[in-house]
Amino acid sequence: MSEIWIALYIFILSGFTGFEVISRVPVILHTPLMSGTNFIHGIVLVGAMVVMGKAETTTEMIIGALGVWLGVLNVVGGFAVTDRMLEMFKKGK
Amino acid sequence: MGNLVKATYLVSAIFFILGLKMLSSPATARRGNLLAGLGMILAITVTFFIPNMKHQLLMILIIIVGTVIGWVSAKKVPLTDMPQMVALFNGMGGGAAAVISYLELARGEITSGLKLLAISGGLIGTISFSGSIGAFMKLQRLLKDRPITYPLQQPFHGLLLLLAMVLSYFVFMQSGPFQPGILSILNLLFAVPLLLGLFFTLPIGGADMPVVISLFNALTGLAVGFDGFAIGNQAMMVSGTIVGASGSLLTYLMAKAMNRSIHNVLFGAFGKVREHGVAKEMKPREIEDAAIMIGFARKVIVVPGYGLAVAQAQHKLREFMNILEEKGVEVKFAIHPVAGRMPGHMNVLLAEANIPYDKLHDLEEINSEFPTTDVALVVGANDVVNPAAETDTSSPIYGMPILKAYQAKNVLAVKRGKGKGFAGIENDLFFLDQTYMLFGDAQDVLGKLVQALKKI
Repeated sequence: MSEIWIALYIFILSGFTGFEVISRVPVILHTPLMSGTNFIHGIVLVGAMVVMGKAETTTEMIIGALGVWLGVLNVVGGFAVTDRMLEMFKKGK
Repeated sequence: MGNLVKATYLVSAIFFILGLKMLSSPATARRGNLLAGLGMILAITVTFFIPNMKHQLLMILIIIVGTVIGWVSAKKVPLTDMPQMVALFNGMGGGAAAVISYLELARGEITSGLKLLAISGGLIGTISFSGSIGAFMKLQRLLKDRPITYPLQQPFHGLLLLLAMVLSYFVFMQSGPFQPGILSILNLLFAVPLLLGLFFTLPIGGADMPVVISLFNALTGLAVGFDGFAIGNQAMMVSGTIVGASGSLLTYLMAKAMNRSIHNVLFGAFGKVREHGVAKEMKPREIEDAAIMIGFARKVIVVPGYGLAVAQAQHKLREFMNILEEKGVEVKFAIHPVAGRMPGHMNVLLAEANIPYDKLHDLEEINSEFPTTDVALVVGANDVVNPAAETDTSSPIYGMPILKAYQAKNVLAVKRGKGKGFAGIENDLFFLDQTYMLFGDAQDVLGKLVQALKKI
């Protein structure tokens, strides 16, 4: 099977997985869940590290470093905000 | 990429999926986030083991500094500002996706199919970046949070989109690396969506921001997924696409919870101030009179809204509840699913003040109780108690389920001023015969009420 087909399979199946796992979420968890998915796309950090790791020139390195910087903030901020929201929910119960 | 890296990415992806699953149920949500966090740490760590990674020391340094800053800012921000923090961090992710696309395209080493993906990821990531920053600025009041509109707005956005398409075509057709230069076609390709994202958020009002942030969140996920395919990174492919899909569904669910269609949210300029023909007066009431009315009631239902969050009055509200319970008054809290700026906002806030969970009642539970309620105390809520949603078919919120506070024998409304709610429409509740206004900051008014209640 050629790579493009494998990629298409990954894309479609991941899409369905994304739909399926959150399809029964209660309204009060909408915001924390949004924050949680926001954290998970922080995986972009890994990609930013890869492109920065390939940088040949100084310009490339600086741009790559910017990407890593933005990615780290996405990961850490996304996690911390989600955790804070969920912490509050727990206390009430 | 070695097998160790690929295997670890696979494990991370599984952790993300399980984490998401757990996040959609209250009992397991927090552990779900932690599990996803574990997956993230694994994925980041193993990335250092990819052969021939340069600049590792600098990378580690950035990650450490970024971790400290991200952590501190996320933990320090007041709870009421959480929505804009989500927007901000989402914007960062979109920006990172744009950077990845930019570097890959600038090097010009990828095949044309992948190039298409990199362009798509770059465009979407950039729109998400500037759009999220716009949303952040609106919620933070750095920009006007009412819809900003001007003539030919939609055609203008269409033109920008078209321009982005044309530039994409030229970038796609060019082979080899790009010549540097400020006005290079590659830079233009990223400048146009930068404008588009920002302009796109301008006409959207504060009330709809959660839905829009959720949309940008889904877009960032999609951009990350596309970039993952472009650079052949499995962790990004899977996780990005999953977030793209779940984020889209979540956007739809949120819009539905507010009884708004996504099209309306994005293009309706909802919340543009509509003038109301009725010239009625709101009736202010003295604190002491209000305290007597409340103190001698049998049953009081509190309807909290965004004004409570702004004033940070949740602790005062708890004091208020305590003193009423000492006096034998039954106190309940009516929580509209979209009260505040985000679904669940009020639950979080009241939980912070240790108001017991069993006193919070949602729409379906509490609405039948208003007719037997002596006083409905509306604290900084507006659109969620607006009877126009039931009666006025021309109202933009018509059809939205509301808390039927107007059925209570008396209504006391704590409100900062005579302004309108987020939806920008007049609220008939405040003009009813049985409604009295307590103007002022929620914390201040509740504080005075508590003092006055102590005296009677």
